[in-house]
Amino acid sequence: MKHWKQIATPALAIVLFIAFWEFIVWVNQWPNYKMASPSDLIPAYAKYWNLFLIYGWQTLWRTVVGLLVAVVFGTLIGMIMGFSRTMRDALYPLLVGFNAIPKATVVPVLALILIGHHDLNTVLIAFMISFFPISVAVSIGLSTLEPEYRDILRALGASKWTIFWKIALPKTLPEFFGALKVAVTLAFIGTNLMEIVEPHGKGLGHLFDSGKINADYPLMFAVLIALAFLGILLYYIVVGLEKIFAGWAERPQS
Amino acid sequence: MTNLIDIKGVIHAYQTENGPLPVLDDLNISVPEGDFCAVVGPSGCGKSTLTRLIAGLMKPDQGEVWLHGEKVTSPRATVGMAFQNPVLLEWRTILQNVLLPLEIVPNKMTKAQKEERGRELLTLVGLEGFEDKRPSELSGGMRQRASLCRSIVHKPDVLIMDEPFGALDAFTREDLWQTMHRLREEEPFTGVLITHDLRESVYLADEVVVLSGRPATTQHVENVKLGGRTDLEVIYTTEATDILHRLRHQIEIAQGRAKSEEAA
Ligand SMILES: Nc1ncnc2c1ncn2[C@@H]1O[C@H](COP(=O)(O)OP(=O)(O)OP(=O)(O)O)[C@@H](O)[C@H]1O
Ligand SMILES: [Mg+2]
Repeated sequence: MKHWKQIATPALAIVLFIAFWEFIVWVNQWPNYKMASPSDLIPAYAKYWNLFLIYGWQTLWRTVVGLLVAVVFGTLIGMIMGFSRTMRDALYPLLVGFNAIPKATVVPVLALILIGHHDLNTVLIAFMISFFPISVAVSIGLSTLEPEYRDILRALGASKWTIFWKIALPKTLPEFFGALKVAVTLAFIGTNLMEIVEPHGKGLGHLFDSGKINADYPLMFAVLIALAFLGILLYYIVVGLEKIFAGWAERPQS
Repeated sequence: MTNLIDIKGVIHAYQTENGPLPVLDDLNISVPEGDFCAVVGPSGCGKSTLTRLIAGLMKPDQGEVWLHGEKVTSPRATVGMAFQNPVLLEWRTILQNVLLPLEIVPNKMTKAQKEERGRELLTLVGLEGFEDKRPSELSGGMRQRASLCRSIVHKPDVLIMDEPFGALDAFTREDLWQTMHRLREEEPFTGVLITHDLRESVYLADEVVVLSGRPATTQHVENVKLGGRTDLEVIYTTEATDILHRLRHQIEIAQGRAKSEEAA
């Protein structure tokens, strides 16, 4: 019963949203180049379904790889900053500065440096745009660990590594997953940025671009919805992982 | 009998932005094997610093700490620690929390033996049936009980407690005092108990050390002999109240509110 409700509630919300969208377009009599309606999208999907599968997969795997690199690199940087005050002071301004650069300006630079390596470029942008929140969350999680937590193991002669593995890491997981949810969305932005700004015939960004060139407005909208779908998919995968690895941090609902 | 804990002429200062802050100054404490030593003193005089030195988490600037005839230079597995904050790990069950030290300290116990040991201890402190609960499902007093079990699960020689009952209400605290006596009957260990509660020190300890204000020295040592009684009523006997009065007076000296006899 509870499980059923958990799926039914968001599903109903989506159905209502689509109905409202259809209604708004119909009431205003908008032409599909101004605002496509959900019913315009069905033919677009029917016509290009194989392209959606191919390009959607390209967007998805490059986003996921970028995200994985961001997790590894972001966690490493976060660990370095979390354990060493000096490194934190040294790295923070660099990280903040790097994060402040609008990634749209990095795209052409990267495309020039790594000319021809489209997959690598795209993965790199997805990574660059998404690792910052992970680093910050891990470093804050580690540096705010109360000394007593360390001392209960240190007093027994435990190594730094054991303390990290048994205490610091699990204690940081809730913050880590919070950041990962933000990072998922950011990584998608990164992938699409590269696909649209430096078109190289791959990914949903390319499909969007060809919709634009051919004035196929329903196709453009269909791409947006497909992107939203992929975003939701990845987000809920992260939520699932969070439940498994950091479910203990959830307060029981009353 | 030999002393299990020997603190000899310990001097320690913290390096702060305003220069060195002397915290301990020529501190001497000896605790015979099996005894319980309570340490009381004004707030901020250096009691927690003392526990960290005994545990080997820090080295004193001067002087020496000896445990079991060995000079302490680093943490050792024969020590157990409990703090005011029970520091239980929320992602582990109560039993898993209690067993944590056995994952660090080398031992030859099988998994089943460890579990049995943990369950035994939890039963001893009255937490039977809570083994598989999460820390957040327990009350403050129950968490502190679990934390006590964790601090002695690996059978340490020395149990160091830094105001373990400080955050509890008066009745829960008295319950835990009695639990402490029960644990001592079952598990032989030498204890150092930091506390702000003079009644607690008299009820639980064999000797009470009064530290002076910062920098702390050993100002007074009071031997507590209450004829081995462990019922709470013993606190209200004349022997106990006499000791309490003397300790009270010493604390006032330590705080600088009363003159010591020698100075007067
Ligand atoms: N890591 C540190 N660096 C600098 N100063 C410290 C540090 N730890 C403690 N101090 C200072 O040393 C003094 C003694 O601290 P300590 O925690 O040992 O006192 P305490 O007797 O345990 O106090 P309380 O009764 O409040 O628990 C305090 O003035 C404290 O501010
Ligand atoms: Mg203290």
